[in-house]
Amino acid sequence: MAQLTNALEATGLRAKPGLMERIDLPRRVVFLAAASMIAIVALLLAFIFWQGIQLFVKDGQPIGAIFDSTWNPLADTPEFGILPFILGTLVVTAGALLISTPLSVGVALFLSEVAPNWAKSVVQPALEIFVGIPSVVWGWLGITVLVPWLSDTFPNKIAISMPLVGQVFSMPGFLTGFSWLAGSLVLSIMVLPTITSVSYDAFRAVPQELRTGSLALGTTRWQTIRHLLIPSALSGVLTAVVLGMTRAAGEALAVQMVIGNSPTLPAAITQPVTTLTSQITLDMGNTVFGEPWQDALWTMSLVLLIISVSSVVLVRLINKRRIGQ
Amino acid sequence: MLNGTRRFGALAIAAAIVVGACSSAATATPATPAPTPGATDTAVAAAPTPTPAPTINCQTGSITTAGSTALQPLIQDAATAYAAACPGATVTVNGGGSGTGLTQVAAGSVNIGASDVLAATKLQAADAAKLVDHVVCRQGWIVVTNPDVTGVTNLTTAQNVAIWTGADTNWNQVGGPDLPIVLIFRPASSGTRATFLKLVLGGAKEATGGQTLTEDSNGAVTTAVTKTKGAVSVIGFSYYNDPANKALLNGLQLDGVDATIANVGASTYKLSADGNLYTNGTASGLTQAFLDFMMGPQVQGTIIPKDSYGPVAAQ
Amino acid sequence: MTATARPAPGRSMAPRPSLRSKTSRGSILADRVATVALWATGMFVLVLLGSIIVHFAVAAWGVVSPSFLLSDPSGETLGGIMPVLWNSIYMLVLTMLIAVPVGILGGIYMSEYAPDNALTGAIRFAEESISSVPSIVVGLFGLILFVDNAHWGFTALAGALALTFFNLPLMTRLAEQALRAVPQDERSASLALGATKWQTIRHVVVPLAIPGLITGVILTAGRVFGEAAVLLFTSGLGTPPHYNFTNFDLTSPVSPWSPFRPATTLSVYIYKLNSEGLGAFKNQIVDGSAAVLISMVLLFNLGARFVGRLLTRRMTAS
Repeated sequence: MAQLTNALEATGLRAKPGLMERIDLPRRVVFLAAASMIAIVALLLAFIFWQGIQLFVKDGQPIGAIFDSTWNPLADTPEFGILPFILGTLVVTAGALLISTPLSVGVALFLSEVAPNWAKSVVQPALEIFVGIPSVVWGWLGITVLVPWLSDTFPNKIAISMPLVGQVFSMPGFLTGFSWLAGSLVLSIMVLPTITSVSYDAFRAVPQELRTGSLALGTTRWQTIRHLLIPSALSGVLTAVVLGMTRAAGEALAVQMVIGNSPTLPAAITQPVTTLTSQITLDMGNTVFGEPWQDALWTMSLVLLIISVSSVVLVRLINKRRIGQ
Repeated sequence: MLNGTRRFGALAIAAAIVVGACSSAATATPATPAPTPGATDTAVAAAPTPTPAPTINCQTGSITTAGSTALQPLIQDAATAYAAACPGATVTVNGGGSGTGLTQVAAGSVNIGASDVLAATKLQAADAAKLVDHVVCRQGWIVVTNPDVTGVTNLTTAQNVAIWTGADTNWNQVGGPDLPIVLIFRPASSGTRATFLKLVLGGAKEATGGQTLTEDSNGAVTTAVTKTKGAVSVIGFSYYNDPANKALLNGLQLDGVDATIANVGASTYKLSADGNLYTNGTASGLTQAFLDFMMGPQVQGTIIPKDSYGPVAAQ
Repeated sequence: MTATARPAPGRSMAPRPSLRSKTSRGSILADRVATVALWATGMFVLVLLGSIIVHFAVAAWGVVSPSFLLSDPSGETLGGIMPVLWNSIYMLVLTMLIAVPVGILGGIYMSEYAPDNALTGAIRFAEESISSVPSIVVGLFGLILFVDNAHWGFTALAGALALTFFNLPLMTRLAEQALRAVPQDERSASLALGATKWQTIRHVVVPLAIPGLITGVILTAGRVFGEAAVLLFTSGLGTPPHYNFTNFDLTSPVSPWSPFRPATTLSVYIYKLNSEGLGAFKNQIVDGSAAVLISMVLLFNLGARFVGRLLTRRMTAS
């Protein structure tokens, strides 16, 4: 582009750039627009970081104390251990990914390998509509449909026994439907479109020659998928899973409505649990700006921010290694 | 068939017509909704109270309130009644929790902050000193259970302590059926929970763990209690007396005293507290006028009982 | 290698099962099972979406009506959602007014001007970071910056700015994609005719990218419309008063046209009803509101596809 412009000037058919052109106002304006994102991120990080460290700087809590498992802000010496919430976020997210990943990768494979055009033109818009459904609607569905169903269907102790070994596994039933499992189920549907679409892009990016070469060798389609496609697209699928994980970890309202919000360490999938996001939602409105309790909530937001930025770095690492291969 | 440009033009015109119809319909509706949100208004109009009306101090302008969700129904109804009586005045009512109310009124972002608890217990001393408290009502809370907890109509303070600290875990330990007790808390930061903790549990350490849930606000708690077997929780009177909810809940006496506004007023029912409206410094103008209205006969005499609050104790 | 009989002319070359070894039969079985399983996942998505739509259609039957959409909320009767629906649309328009120009300009930079250096890398990293930040954190950021520190209180403007921050990466990325899709030949031809770079962008590249840009705008709009967590902390959570649409005073805190007022949107309203709702009709109102939200999402999505296809056909003369 620059060469072309210079060539034109050299021929004398174009005037030498005047002041306005030298300033190149359009370029500066669009640069500012793009660079505003850097400003936004910087502001975001700065404010949340500043508020997040107030608990240590202003209120004098030692940094290690927040990794305690006791959350008792109402006590005479308030304890702000946020470990239950960190673990809650981790387990609910892990549950959501466990349920959603096989399903999402399956749908992505369906779209890229198996589906005829008519099926593709129906399933793809369906996924886009899934993305658009607001999180409060998922939460409401969870409360009105999922939670009662769980507590009605599995109220009693769930035990798995094997013939010779006896009882292998047992856990209490759903006392209420508000539980870890409810949260994971709701989240899994919410991250399904994300993981599916990124995986689908990854599968589509695999060159067609690889597939035809494999089929020419006499493999079945499933063998091609299993031994060729998935390994080739692995970094893309991993990226999809990380993006899904980020979305799941950051979800607040839908999760808070179904999860039971009991500030204890997660015990079983039928028990209520709390995540970082749900606790923030519960307590933020009732606490006063500047009091230690709210400072602890800001620290929890900082933890969330750290998790999400780390996932961006993680995605880059996954893809960098791939390009290097 | 219309070609692309004309089709687009037609779509645009159609859209404009629809938008025009909607906005004119919207401006046409002021006639009807104004009376409807006030069954209060109809009640007021039905009751022979033309006399108090002239004494309402009508100012124009607009103010905003924020804060306690327990007080929100009352303030909302009062705001609607005031706006109906005084056109040109608007009171915008927000929720957000007692903490939000106190923060925002101390920061000057809203005119009135509603709180279930005293400002001094939450704000720093310097900020709390700036705020002026206006007590506009008494609120009561009632312990409710899921209807499947049959045979339990009363819980003493001691039984409440045993249940809420997790010492008793089954309803048959307090005279009910063989059902595990599921405790449904409000968030620890909420004024309701703080009041219950102070007045009934005497500061005892509440239970945590698998048989406890925490739900965001009165409505979510009510839904959870009605859907969960063996559940028990504490909700505000206005939520219990709502006909839709009353049929689905089992309301309990506290120490043998019925949970009614009359008993709150007579100080025999102890789970109650003041409803505090805070202003930043002395109120003036529309803010003061609205506060006067809230202390006036229309609110204290009609709206407050209808919403299941208690009038301010006589001086 | 086992001898295979040459098939008769006209028959397929696929080996017949009887000629294959046991392991091959296993592979074929696995392939068939996998095909069925993959079809099942695809159909599961459709069935799930279909059942959700049916669930809300049934639940909202009799609730959603023109009067539901146009009347005010009421405690005693089955109130409507007009103010909150208005606020949703208002927030959408206000947000897009800020986000679309900035996003398109940013996309122009990233696609036309950006050199391959560290600064561009930083912009891309910022883009990805903002997209992965949880929406509640963006809402809290808005709370701290606009509501508390700037002393605005809950306002529509605070919500719109927070939403802009949150959706800017998406808009920029979609704009960049749309602009990159314009063939390079068009740019070269324009420059060859003596146009400056900016003239090229303005008169050639952007017009050609309009179908993609509009699709991007509509997709971003769909995301903005359903947002609740961000607005919960910036625009407030209350029941709006009756709106007087003839009040055009843009600085007044009660005019529905003003950005300096609390603006509870439909999604936030659903959350509020669930948390604090009173009244016999609460569940119906929520079901009705959810149905309205889903219908709007459907409208946005299908509309984006339709408009995109229409514009592409019209502008590329095919």
